Amino acid sequence: MTSNSVSVRDLSLSFGAVTVLDTLNLDVKDGEFLVLLGSSGCGKSTLLNCIAGLLDVTGGQIFIKEKNVTWEEPKDRGIGMVFQSYALYPQMTVEGNLSFGLKVAKLPQAEIDKRVARASEILQIQPLLKRKPSELSGGQRQRVAIGRALVRDVDVFLFDEPLSNLDAKLRSELRVEIKRLHQSLKNTMIYVTHDQIEALTLADRIAVMKGGVIQQLADPMTIYNTPENLFVAGFIGSPSMNFFRGEIADRGGRKVVSVNGVDLSIDSYKARGPIEAGRKIVLGVRPEHVKVDEAPAGTDIHDAVVDIEEPMGADNLLWLKLAGQIMSVRIAGARRYAPGTPVRLSFDMSLASIFDATTENRL
Amino acid sequence: MADTTALNARLAPGPQGKKPRPILAPRNIMLYGALIFAAVYYLLPLYVMVVTSLKGMPEIRLGNIFSPPVEITFEPWVKAWSTACTGLNCDGLSRGFWNSVRITIPSTIVSIAIASINGYALANWRFKGADLFFTILIVGAFIPYQVMIYPIVIVLRELGLYGSLTGLIIVHTIFGMPILTLLFRNYFASLPEELFKAARIDGAGFWMIYFKIMLPMALPIFVVAMILQITGIWNDFLFGVVFTRPEYYPMTVQLNNIVNSVQGVKEYNVNMAATILTGAVPLIVYFISGRLFVRGIAAGAVKG
Ligand SMILES: Nc1ncnc2c1ncn2[C@@H]1O[C@H](COP(=O)(O)OP(=O)(O)O)[C@@H](O)[C@H]1O
Ligand SMILES: [Mg+2]
Repeated sequence: MTSNSVSVRDLSLSFGAVTVLDTLNLDVKDGEFLVLLGSSGCGKSTLLNCIAGLLDVTGGQIFIKEKNVTWEEPKDRGIGMVFQSYALYPQMTVEGNLSFGLKVAKLPQAEIDKRVARASEILQIQPLLKRKPSELSGGQRQRVAIGRALVRDVDVFLFDEPLSNLDAKLRSELRVEIKRLHQSLKNTMIYVTHDQIEALTLADRIAVMKGGVIQQLADPMTIYNTPENLFVAGFIGSPSMNFFRGEIADRGGRKVVSVNGVDLSIDSYKARGPIEAGRKIVLGVRPEHVKVDEAPAGTDIHDAVVDIEEPMGADNLLWLKLAGQIMSVRIAGARRYAPGTPVRLSFDMSLASIFDATTENRL
Repeated sequence: MADTTALNARLAPGPQGKKPRPILAPRNIMLYGALIFAAVYYLLPLYVMVVTSLKGMPEIRLGNIFSPPVEITFEPWVKAWSTACTGLNCDGLSRGFWNSVRITIPSTIVSIAIASINGYALANWRFKGADLFFTILIVGAFIPYQVMIYPIVIVLRELGLYGSLTGLIIVHTIFGMPILTLLFRNYFASLPEELFKAARIDGAGFWMIYFKIMLPMALPIFVVAMILQITGIWNDFLFGVVFTRPEYYPMTVQLNNIVNSVQGVKEYNVNMAATILTGAVPLIVYFISGRLFVRGIAAGAVKG
């Protein structure tokens, strides 16, 4: 049985005259790792705070474990939360931080000790229990913050950009740890981030948000390969997807995208419906979906010249000029091209994306 | 040519950068001269006061106010404290001192207690009408005291508190409220909001968060508020003279009565001793907590 762990129904939230969320709907399955991904200010934290009960909603309802918690106190919702700034109580020891909520809830001391011991073992913070937060590194602080959610023994974990204050190395370490935590605990996690790598690596499903609206909700590979609209396509992937503004044209029964006089056949593109000639579109091609000097037989070949080469070890990134615009292509790291080298490109149009130029939705 | 010399100079081994300035450079003389002048300007009156208070009247009549005392006497201090006449009674400043203590301590404690809770509520619990409440409070901070004196006299009279210490304590508590609330609100607003959220998820309520989370982090600002209140209330003259009866006059009012008494000869030494005694409390408070004060004022910029 896969019931919903968290359900958000027609949720609206305004700060005075500013509406941040407008009739938003979201279902998070039991045990699912859901990532809310979007750029800063798009309303991710606001949504998370509504679920946590830290903001009073303007309209709509929130269910956790099938129970309507829209007007419940945060402590009664069965959630634990981890914040970007760690938010540890500075005057308490690590142990005090972990046990504060349990003491407030008046749990018996034996139970408190048991839970603190278990959490500190899982997160390997036993040696730190007697220290103050100011005596901990950033990574240790965030571990303690996760521990504070862990001791609550709750079904739903909420993370608000927990890794954003850490340096790159710690970030990837702790990311793996959070994933391991989810695999062993199997509880529901809702995780807010603006970092697409975190989203792609951690999520069972990603909800891409923009302007308080969920643009697409799907598993990472679907989001990556078949973005619903231009925003999602541009937001996910690094370097970004290459975009070409053009027009659908009919070349003797053969549909092509015409970009500044360059024709790209779309025979192999799996369109959702008929795309009529004359339509203004945006073609999106990921850097790794272009072949350089190794076109399979029967594909269109386009001539280009290497502008800049960025070797990245495993990959090699080429920046080239095609149809009057700069595009990037990812090839194997061993294949090197000096700037100025002429190359022959072929596009894998079956993996490309085509968006309507005005609605910006996938065609 | 010039280019290469400059380059060589830069590549040369040894100390780099500008030559240190000699102590007696014109700039330093100007700077320290100005600082010393300012220090002397402010310290000279204090010197004159201390010196005069330690002289006997015959020595004072000689007229050189800067000369140190030939014969040190503590007589004027004793007189100022216990026998000088202030209007009706002749028991010195001691009565005023204890009145001021009885006014300052409760007013400081009550006003800070209430203002810190107000500030915390305003900063963290965005209750309905919070903005309006805050605006009214701030406007209150800018209304000149003089405007309110007569209405307050009437209110206190109706409450039966006019002329009593309790009445004055209430007045001081209320008048401290706007600026203290502002102080506390801004301090609590500068603490990370997520700390408050974490405490709410942990199940702590209004008072639990105030006492267990906020209060321990707010010590610097409590020191600032304490200094502001103690010195402000101790130095108050106007409210003291308007809202109390002579037997409850605070020290400042009594000092005025001693210094401005018209009977007999002017006893400058007693006046000076009385003035120093009256100013001693705020001075001591500054000396003890000056460092904490500066830290507290700067604390708004320091996160959690
Ligand atoms: N307390 C508040 N009062 C007014 N506006 C707010 C408040 N909190 C957030 N906002 C606004 O709501 C929008 C969404 O904020 P937030 O959810 O924090 O974004 P995100 O977490 O995605 O970066 C932003 O435009 C922000 O300015
Ligand atoms: Mg945020």
